[in-house]
Amino acid sequence: MAAVTNFEQFVKRVLEIVFWVLILVPMVIIPIFFVVYVLPVEFSCHFSMLSCSQQINWSAALYLFSPAELNPFSPTSFISQMGLGANSMIFKSSFFPGISFAAILSSFVIWYERKLLAKMQYRVGPQYAGRVEGWLQSFADLFKLMFKEIVIPVNADAPFFMGVPFALMALSGALLAVIPISANIYITSSPYSLLIALAVLSIFPLVTVLAGWASANKFSFIGGIRALYQMISYEIPFILSVVGIVILSGGTFSLSQIVGAQGRVWFVIPMILGAIVFYITAMAELERIPFDLPEADSEIVAGWLTEYTSMTFGVINLATYIKLYGLSALFTILFLGGWNGPAPIPGALWFMIKTIIVITLFLIPRGAFGRIRIDQLIGFGWLWLIGLSFANIFIAVVLKATGIL
Amino acid sequence: MSMGVGSAFSTEKISEDKMSISVGPQHPGAGHFRFTVTIDGDTIVDCVPDPGYVHRGAEKQTEYRSFLQSIPMLERSSLTDVTNIIMPFSMAAEELMGIQIPPRAQYLRMIMSENQRILSHLYWLGIQGIFLGHSTVFMWPLGDRELFIDLGQMIGGARITYSYAIPGGVRNDMPDDFKDRALKVFDYFEARLKDYEKIFFNNPLVLKRTQDVGVLPRAEAIKLGVVGQTLRASGVKSDTRIDEPYNFYKDLNFEVPTYESCDTWARCMVHLVEMRQSMDIMRQCLEKLPQGPVRVKLSPQQRAQAGEAYARVEASRGALSFHIISEGSTKPYRVKISVPSFRNLIALPRLLIGSHVADMPAIYWSLDYWPVEADR
Repeated sequence: MAAVTNFEQFVKRVLEIVFWVLILVPMVIIPIFFVVYVLPVEFSCHFSMLSCSQQINWSAALYLFSPAELNPFSPTSFISQMGLGANSMIFKSSFFPGISFAAILSSFVIWYERKLLAKMQYRVGPQYAGRVEGWLQSFADLFKLMFKEIVIPVNADAPFFMGVPFALMALSGALLAVIPISANIYITSSPYSLLIALAVLSIFPLVTVLAGWASANKFSFIGGIRALYQMISYEIPFILSVVGIVILSGGTFSLSQIVGAQGRVWFVIPMILGAIVFYITAMAELERIPFDLPEADSEIVAGWLTEYTSMTFGVINLATYIKLYGLSALFTILFLGGWNGPAPIPGALWFMIKTIIVITLFLIPRGAFGRIRIDQLIGFGWLWLIGLSFANIFIAVVLKATGIL
Repeated sequence: MSMGVGSAFSTEKISEDKMSISVGPQHPGAGHFRFTVTIDGDTIVDCVPDPGYVHRGAEKQTEYRSFLQSIPMLERSSLTDVTNIIMPFSMAAEELMGIQIPPRAQYLRMIMSENQRILSHLYWLGIQGIFLGHSTVFMWPLGDRELFIDLGQMIGGARITYSYAIPGGVRNDMPDDFKDRALKVFDYFEARLKDYEKIFFNNPLVLKRTQDVGVLPRAEAIKLGVVGQTLRASGVKSDTRIDEPYNFYKDLNFEVPTYESCDTWARCMVHLVEMRQSMDIMRQCLEKLPQGPVRVKLSPQQRAQAGEAYARVEASRGALSFHIISEGSTKPYRVKISVPSFRNLIALPRLLIGSHVADMPAIYWSLDYWPVEADR
């Protein structure tokens, strides 16, 4: 800033300062004041933590900084009284086992995938972020993406183009909503949770096509059309592969009851064909190598992701990895007995161990295979996978009719 | 199908159900090279290559430099294949200067040339891997390449551009411990090639993607005049090292790999077999290596006799030849370079038309097209 030498400049400088104060006070200082001091008092009045005669109790803000009052698992804590406790829907859907838990797990899955691939390829992988084996690499990438510019192509259909990341995130969240982690930990419990999960999974390719169309890019468009072709080839065997499970577990579509039906034997043993078909089709659903045709990076740049930049790309990537977690959890529930396991380890931990093993199974093919072609994928899906899933249904019917299971 | 530089920019109206895609010059599947493909659904119906993005006038630049000064400049045309691109230039220049280089220099040139062939083929394998979506085959060859870069560094002193095969012989002799080191590397790499076979050449998905894809029949390959691996994969036994032996290749014992399937897989396999063969040739060279000087003393501004000279070698990508016309000065009057990349480019539209869009990168790279070399 230039030094003030005459009266005119002095007036200018004063007016400048007044202008900035006028801007800053309503936009920054008042909101902070409101959030830190006024809001807790308001809430405490409503929930009768403090008597309302103490209308302006400045020390009420301390409740927000006391760990005991922030404990969502204690029913008497401040946060539980406000309806944000561990049993509230808002906590379950946004923290555990909902989107925040899944997002943090996914960011570690990204790091895990990079380390695993690096080991397969005689590399070291992420090494610096977080000092120890680069365990904070995903967060470093997150911050990098956050500082990038969001570019919307001139010809793009902007509302749809920008809507796609939100839609994918919402769909991933919807997938998590029906997946229970243990007998007691779940967001929602529905008698049709398996059907809901399948329905949500079948909407993903449509969003992909939308992204390809809205980007106004030839490579994006080809990627979107490929996603549609891919859906045609895997969607039917994907749904048929779980029919056997429903038959064996007594005609229920509830994921909790399916886990309950696996008390004696995990369904992966009688339903091995179904498990194989589910594994392959889930990989196609996830667009992972060897089925990453819609985003084949050497053929069509990045497919339907070509025009996405910055956090729009980051959010899409995160949603994809949350979907990976959701599908692995579904595999665990359907075929590996969910949270069933020997006693000393709690059920939720059993579930997570199995899920991470399944995630590893989904990650390994990326280091061992190339990419399949679209006509080969359709041929493979219709010739082999549908046949195998019908054989699987036949096995299930025979097992059920003879009363073995 | 239409060819020629002008037609790449044509504004010819394409029918409603077809789409024209420009691949390159910054497309991951093209490098510094552009081609326009017209697609109808998933089938390519037209392909117009448009080379020339990295044209640097190497032929013209040699006319302003002495023979020795041209070497580093020519080397930059083909960074994975530096020794093979300057060797025919040196051979033609030596013919014009009327000198005979010592046998040890010729053997060292052969060793360096075969080392270069492995380097080039490993680079090719890595890119072919990533073009088929196989990231492990991208990482492994590019890691193992370091071993051969180190071998080249032991002899040439630099990692990539050694300027080794200069007119008059080679720049310097090899160190005494080179032989032990090289034999160790060969033993290791023999084992690694078996891994490559397992993960890439016999990988079921790679077989599905490469077999019966981009078939160039034998008669057509001869008619188009392609060279190198592309010709050999089409079943033609053609190798300059055997047809017109230079250096001491006629004293060595090796086979030309040919395949009858004429497809992308055959072109991949020729690269694999040639890597084995190059190690074998280097082993034989290290055994037969004679003692003696490695270089004939020449002036930096050595004068050539008036006349013409032609030299051809089997470079990593195929036959590479130099035709030099001299008027008896310290600089060549005219230099014509015939590079394998450019001669194989003519097969690209022939192979792409009628194939799937997804096969485009694999077919393109199976020709081992190196834009910088082709544009010169």
